[in-house]
Amino acid sequence: MSAGARVRTVALLAVAAVALAGCGGDDGGDGGGGGGGGGAAPALEGRGPITFATGKDTSGNMQKLVDEWNADHPDEKVTITELPESADDQRNQMIQNAQVESDAYTVLNLDVIWTAEFAANRWIVELPQEEFELDQFLEPAVETGMYRDRMYAMPVYSDGGLLYYRQDLLEKAGVEPPETWADMLAACEAVQKLPEGKNMGCYSGQFDKYEGLTVNFSEAVQSAGGHVVDESGKPTVDSQEAKDGLNFLVDAHKNGQIPQAAITYKEEESRRAFQDGQLVFLRNWPYVYALAGATDGSSKVAGKFGVAPLPGKDGPGVSTLGGHNFAISSFAPNKATALDFIKFFASEEAQRSNLLATSQAPTRQALYEEQELVDQFPYLPTLLASIENAEPRPRVVRYGDVTAAIQEAAYGAITGETTTDDALATLQTELEELTAE
Amino acid sequence: MSRTGTPRGRRWLLQLGIVIIVVYCLAPFYWMVVSAFRRPNEQGENSWLPSTWSLENFEAVFGPDVGFGRSLLNSLVVAGTTTVLTLIVGTFAAYTLARLNFRFKNAAAGIIIATSMFPGISLIVPLLKLFTEIGWINTYQAMVLPSLSFALPLAVWTLATFFRQMPKELEEAAMVDGLTRGQAFRRVILPLAAPGMFTTAIITFIAAWNEFIIALSMVNDEKMQTATVAISRFTGITGFDSPFGTKMAAGVIVTVPLVIVVLIFQRRIIAGLTAGGVK
Amino acid sequence: MTAPTLPPAVGGNATSSPQRHGRLAAALLSPTFIVLALIILYPLISALRESMYRREDGLDESGFVVEGDRFVGIDNYTEMFTGDAAGRFWNAFFNTTFFTVVGVGIATVIGIAMALVMHHALRGRGFVRASILVPWAVPTAMSAILWQWIFQADGIANEILNTQILWTTEGFQAKLAVLIADTWKTAPFVGLLVLAGLQVIPNDVYEAAKVDGATGWRQFWRITLPLVRPALLVAVLFRVMDVLRIFDLPYVLIGSRKESVETLSMLAFEEANQVRYGPAAAYATVLFLYVAIIAYTFVKLLGADLIGEARVRSKETKRRKEAVPA
Repeated sequence: MSAGARVRTVALLAVAAVALAGCGGDDGGDGGGGGGGGGAAPALEGRGPITFATGKDTSGNMQKLVDEWNADHPDEKVTITELPESADDQRNQMIQNAQVESDAYTVLNLDVIWTAEFAANRWIVELPQEEFELDQFLEPAVETGMYRDRMYAMPVYSDGGLLYYRQDLLEKAGVEPPETWADMLAACEAVQKLPEGKNMGCYSGQFDKYEGLTVNFSEAVQSAGGHVVDESGKPTVDSQEAKDGLNFLVDAHKNGQIPQAAITYKEEESRRAFQDGQLVFLRNWPYVYALAGATDGSSKVAGKFGVAPLPGKDGPGVSTLGGHNFAISSFAPNKATALDFIKFFASEEAQRSNLLATSQAPTRQALYEEQELVDQFPYLPTLLASIENAEPRPRVVRYGDVTAAIQEAAYGAITGETTTDDALATLQTELEELTAE
Repeated sequence: MSRTGTPRGRRWLLQLGIVIIVVYCLAPFYWMVVSAFRRPNEQGENSWLPSTWSLENFEAVFGPDVGFGRSLLNSLVVAGTTTVLTLIVGTFAAYTLARLNFRFKNAAAGIIIATSMFPGISLIVPLLKLFTEIGWINTYQAMVLPSLSFALPLAVWTLATFFRQMPKELEEAAMVDGLTRGQAFRRVILPLAAPGMFTTAIITFIAAWNEFIIALSMVNDEKMQTATVAISRFTGITGFDSPFGTKMAAGVIVTVPLVIVVLIFQRRIIAGLTAGGVK
Repeated sequence: MTAPTLPPAVGGNATSSPQRHGRLAAALLSPTFIVLALIILYPLISALRESMYRREDGLDESGFVVEGDRFVGIDNYTEMFTGDAAGRFWNAFFNTTFFTVVGVGIATVIGIAMALVMHHALRGRGFVRASILVPWAVPTAMSAILWQWIFQADGIANEILNTQILWTTEGFQAKLAVLIADTWKTAPFVGLLVLAGLQVIPNDVYEAAKVDGATGWRQFWRITLPLVRPALLVAVLFRVMDVLRIFDLPYVLIGSRKESVETLSMLAFEEANQVRYGPAAAYATVLFLYVAIIAYTFVKLLGADLIGEARVRSKETKRRKEAVPA
């Protein structure tokens, strides 16, 4: 670049800066966007190359699928744009790009809890429901892609909580895998009487102050028969069921059945505790199955554990739904290509190859019943039961505030800062404010 | 306390000091290295050496689809350019503040430092808007220029401090001898200030090398991403299992060459610069 | 306390005429100012503007967020100081100040010690210098992850100390963890700058001191410290400004929304994260002002740096001007 050109560029930049600062006031709203309003979903138009913004997938299977797509669609090539590992960072990148109406991302890989926020802000466009065979998919998963009865995101990966238990110890102590909390605690006592169970903790989930705590709190409430929000979206955490649920966690923590250290546990910490033989029971996602079962000597519990549905107060518990949905950015061109690409990723073949490569839970029901797959992933039937029975987390626009409030309340109660009643009363008030529209 | 003054006591104390400092600085880093050599599924171990040595983490860093080599190169370009620009631009400004007389000097010094006071995370969205507008997304300058904004104030202030410590008489004598101000600066001040300049360069380079949030936001093309961004994209297979070992391996790869290069340069550059000096 | 015999800062014995170099100064400063204006000015102005607005957060009847921003004047600010979240703000304010005072204090002491040892070390100098660079060279994000690992419930810290401390839970230990990690990373920064300060001290100053019979501590307090003072002050000043904005370390190491370690930067980030850019910008602006006030006070009190010198200089110029009317 010549000196003259550089000066000109700099001058231009300065002008641009001033101009932007000056006119910032008027363009607060996003002019373009996803054409809200009533009626059927607006047609998605335009074909050509697109990008796919997603967290990295180390199995390489995502790239393999994309390569397959690209081979078949030379004029509509897809480029993967990798986002950071942390879910918060992924969301931030997507929102930042939406704020500046950038067309950098076409297809977005969204966590199930972001749908409402992205839809309500018109950052993603409505999808034509009739073009997907939605009846083939797990209903709770499909629900996570809906906002106000319209579909904004297509479920591609699902997830549900499982109870991992030490089969060897339970057998030795002569107890069955538990269906209720009381059974579980009794089973622990039996195991802890065994010589090898003496110093073991009973149960853990994820109780650090982060999204996992919201998941575990909601599961406790649901498994006691309550709901965080009811069907009409109204918060109901001041119910007796919610109190029972939270009290289970609070008491178990106080009595040492949930180890002290569990308030620092995220998924990985709790998995390590389990696979080091420190826990009899662990609530976690399906991904633990392969790692805890590794036979290379890294896991002390390989071949010694089983999975069961989550326990509840008076019967089987209710899991919280996890997973990822694909959506289309409002600001990117070639939306028709994007739609086809999502259909491709949701197809049975793609989902099967994903399950085989990554063991991530599919959203198509049929795959859970395929004998070959069940042979390879013996937890699939249990997982299917977990997901079919699962409840989504509150689908609200200000989900970030909602989950923060839930974590505040649950963390305070579990660590003994507040009583269960106070925590839930405060939470109820806050949730009412946040969900009022 | 007078014992510390004796040569022997002093030497002993120094040796002890050296050991303490080295242990203090390297112990956590040692943990990083050891963790990098553990097998991924054994990250939780607390043994002093990995029970099974493994290169799996390092292999993962340089896996074919990661493009980590390319990211390292990008980091080098961004941090290198930032450092060179910062030193050139900053030296002018620092010399001016240290040696010249003019009105608004306080204000100038104050404004320069004030620009580095704004919380960096609040600059992102406006900058992203600006760079999107002028088509700078996925360019080196979109990373270099913002890096200058935090590197420059620090460089200007430190360099000015070092310049001011140079005896003014030397420079004036040189000017009396018929050198211009520029020549006097180059031949007298610069060599003397070499240790200070070099330290400033190291600090700038490392700060730019470690920059994350701007590089993350301004670039979405994998070919342009820097090493810190690439590391943030390392994931486990499922998204729950953060690959701690791989990140540590990458951390080691990013840190060690940096330190070695700095040491080599340090000898060369300081030797070269001070050769012409009076010291 | 500055020894009067020192050569640097106060150019009292300068022989040059106090002529002004306005044009030259402007020319030499302009590149710096152009760069800073480009990168900082626009975001700064837009943040200030943003802090007076609030995004509409109501939903219309079909569930979409109502578009547009609403001008709210200083509401975002009054809300911060007196609203529901005021307690959180003052807590973050306290934490930020605490980390700054204690963290920078420790880092300074350790940093000076490092510099002295390195400066005087004859053997192993290169090795010490290499080791001291390591903590500074480890990228911040990664050092946060490393320390998080060290401070886990079943991590190496507890094993070495033979304790069961839950470092990442609420409480003083969380603050301590952040301080330890921060000091490790940043003491070398102070060390490097002070070392450079030591290296540019002409050796004859020490020779003179030795002739005077000053040894050990006396030499340190009377000669070394005053001589490295300018470099040290700049290092401390920048460290202070940095820690006041501390974000990554508590965020990654301990976690978000934990009262014990929540800082002002984290508050600004949290708000932005919830797409409330107005309040986020207000937090950022308040933090900016706080940093500015602290920096200004620091410079005023300890004076012996650029602005201080400039003040002395201009007074002197004035005096001379009065003495020699043009």
